[in-house]
Amino acid sequence: MADKKFIIDRRTALKTGLAGAAALATPSFFIRDAWADDFCNIPKGKDVVFGFNVPQSGAYADEGMDELKAYQLAVKHLNGEGDGGMLKTMKPLALKGNGVLGKKVTFVSGDTQTKADQARATAKRMIEKDGAIMITGGSSSAEAVAVQSLCQDVGVIFMAGLTHSNDTTGKDKRAYGFRHFFNAYMSGVALGPVLAEAYGKDRAAYHLTADYTWGWTQEESMKDATEKQGWKTVKAVRTPLGAADFSQYITPVLNSGADVLVLNHYGKDMINSLTQAVQFGLRDKMANGKKFEIVVPLFSELMAQGAGDAIKGIYGTANWDWKLEDAATSAFTKSFGAAYGTPPSQAAQTCYVQAILYADAVERAGTFNPSKVIAALEGFEFDGLGNGKTLYRAADHQCFKDVLVVQGKEKPKDKFDLLEVKKVVPASQVTYDPSIFGGELGSKDAKACG
Amino acid sequence: MDAIVLQILNGLDKGGAYALIALGLTLAFGTLGVVNFAHGALFMLGAFCAVVFNKLLTLEIVKIDPTRTTPWGSPLEIKTPYVQAMLGDWGKVLIDYSVPVSILLAIPVMLLIGILIERGLIRFFYKRPHADQILVTFGLAIVLQEIVKHFFGANPIAQSAPALFSGSLQITEAIVYPYWRIVYLCFSLVVIGAVFAFLQLTTFGMVVRAGMQDRETVGLLGINIERRFTIVFGLAAIVAGLAGVMYTPIVPPDYHMGMDFLVLSFVVVVVGGMGSLPGAVLAGFLLGILQSFASMNEIKGLLPGIDQIIIYLVAVVVLLVRPRGLLGRKGVMES
Repeated sequence: MADKKFIIDRRTALKTGLAGAAALATPSFFIRDAWADDFCNIPKGKDVVFGFNVPQSGAYADEGMDELKAYQLAVKHLNGEGDGGMLKTMKPLALKGNGVLGKKVTFVSGDTQTKADQARATAKRMIEKDGAIMITGGSSSAEAVAVQSLCQDVGVIFMAGLTHSNDTTGKDKRAYGFRHFFNAYMSGVALGPVLAEAYGKDRAAYHLTADYTWGWTQEESMKDATEKQGWKTVKAVRTPLGAADFSQYITPVLNSGADVLVLNHYGKDMINSLTQAVQFGLRDKMANGKKFEIVVPLFSELMAQGAGDAIKGIYGTANWDWKLEDAATSAFTKSFGAAYGTPPSQAAQTCYVQAILYADAVERAGTFNPSKVIAALEGFEFDGLGNGKTLYRAADHQCFKDVLVVQGKEKPKDKFDLLEVKKVVPASQVTYDPSIFGGELGSKDAKACG
Repeated sequence: MDAIVLQILNGLDKGGAYALIALGLTLAFGTLGVVNFAHGALFMLGAFCAVVFNKLLTLEIVKIDPTRTTPWGSPLEIKTPYVQAMLGDWGKVLIDYSVPVSILLAIPVMLLIGILIERGLIRFFYKRPHADQILVTFGLAIVLQEIVKHFFGANPIAQSAPALFSGSLQITEAIVYPYWRIVYLCFSLVVIGAVFAFLQLTTFGMVVRAGMQDRETVGLLGINIERRFTIVFGLAAIVAGLAGVMYTPIVPPDYHMGMDFLVLSFVVVVVGGMGSLPGAVLAGFLLGILQSFASMNEIKGLLPGIDQIIIYLVAVVVLLVRPRGLLGRKGVMES
């Protein structure tokens, strides 16, 4: 017998090579999605955890507590419990009322104490210990900016709650951060012409400003907007966040030559500074031959309740009001009122909407992978969540919708009927070029918990 | 000139609150030698006496009006306070004056709380180092805060001054000052005067003062000085509580308000001199006025942020020049 030699010709080598390559490629074909889904806190069981990070103490505790109520309501509605709230009105809607991607939504919460460092610490705890797939909340822009930056680092989506600083979606914007609430720039653009119409163009304004990111951008936006209307700015004074007694900052206003006081304060600070300004007789005062006026660029029903009679006649702006007459607002107010016995605040509405929008984006993306959820949220246009047609702009992750100019009611019917919507400024008038505030979104890639 | 007068008035009413809290702190320290970090919480509890009294007065009879509904569909409730239903216009007046009238509730309640805290907790720490006293009283303050937060929530609860005092006094054309702040200043002076009169003009006060000077000798004379010191702790709690009650129309009270005052009040006590009652009062008003002046735009223009640090800056300077504080006694907190 002739010896059989193991000879591989060129054709055999090619065949073997191709077969081997196909065999090697096959596993990667099957596991391709598994690689792509390597992201922080992949939900493995039947549940998915949302992290609600709100101030339950400190200057913005009122808003925080209302936000938490709204989140709990959103969780109920996402899981198909209760009356469904704004899930009945949202368009387009991918959610099915069976949780998110079939997983039941559960939640953990943290008290940020209205402090940025504490907000960051509680968010970190929720991501690392509780396995939160997303973080949402914050009633202060300092908190929002700090938590948003953390979320970018660890690769977890942050749906901002009540934050009004231009910086949140401006110079400090992040790919993993999204804001539904409006901002200080929009307040200024909406409020400026209304103030000029109500109080005239020859006015001198004195600003008292909360000394942190929101206050600074609010002051800047109000100065720009009122100076465009012909007003002068006499002085802008920074006050510490959480100062209980503002009397030493209010007394210099009396003889400053100003005839308008702009209070760039929010929450408890605004309640205290406005009440004390009224106690010092500013609203009964005449200056430069005109009646002295007070303006609070951003305020809510909750703050109006705290300020009592002092809020009557005061102009400001709001993101939303429970007395709007659209079907979505009615559905949400009914749902919230039945659960908690009070109408929802604007903080509650924006937080409820953010939780729903995140869940809906996951459902549309078909995955919890944040890079795909980000893509689903960017440029998303929706309606039926209380603010009319709204766009989540891809360039800065800021929502664009109508802005409300409100005024404290002179004769409220009850303790919830404190604000009157004076004007609805269309989204087109408050839309701006995203480049004016600078900042970079950064990487959208998914990562394994930073 | 008008601005200066306004800031002096401002400083005086702020100083009134500092002086009242610091007075109570000094009383507790001078008699019992206890550094009481729960004193701010006593100020807060006093404020909540006013809140509770107001809530009691405004308990309501609820009638349901089936013809009207709330925006979320439930029947509308019409509420009338019981006091108003029973006493008519007098009920309205009582509700209007609920803050000053609540002093009557605050005095026994704060006395009881003070005695309970002293007998139940603080007396076990007399012979322990000051650091232990600070830790335990600070812990107590947090517990008290959380209890109040549990029952009343985290939100400030606005209290109104009586309608008669809700406006402001036009002193000159440019100087306007709220009536209630003037009332608060006068009230703080009256309370300070009453405490000094009690200590100077009564036998009880004489024994307490002697005990503050030399506790052992007073004990050797057969006087139960401990019992008297317990009552003095109760008195300190009353003073802090009354300061809190009357402060509620100025700043709406919340569970955290005591902490806002605590550190400042300690600085006041240290500047005034540990254990010196007149020192605490003097430093209270002095620091209140300095803080107000530091907030003037002219001063802030020269030294930005000075309003935030002035009190601590003054404390450093005073302690460098007079290590015992303005009116401090030799031997107190000195080994």
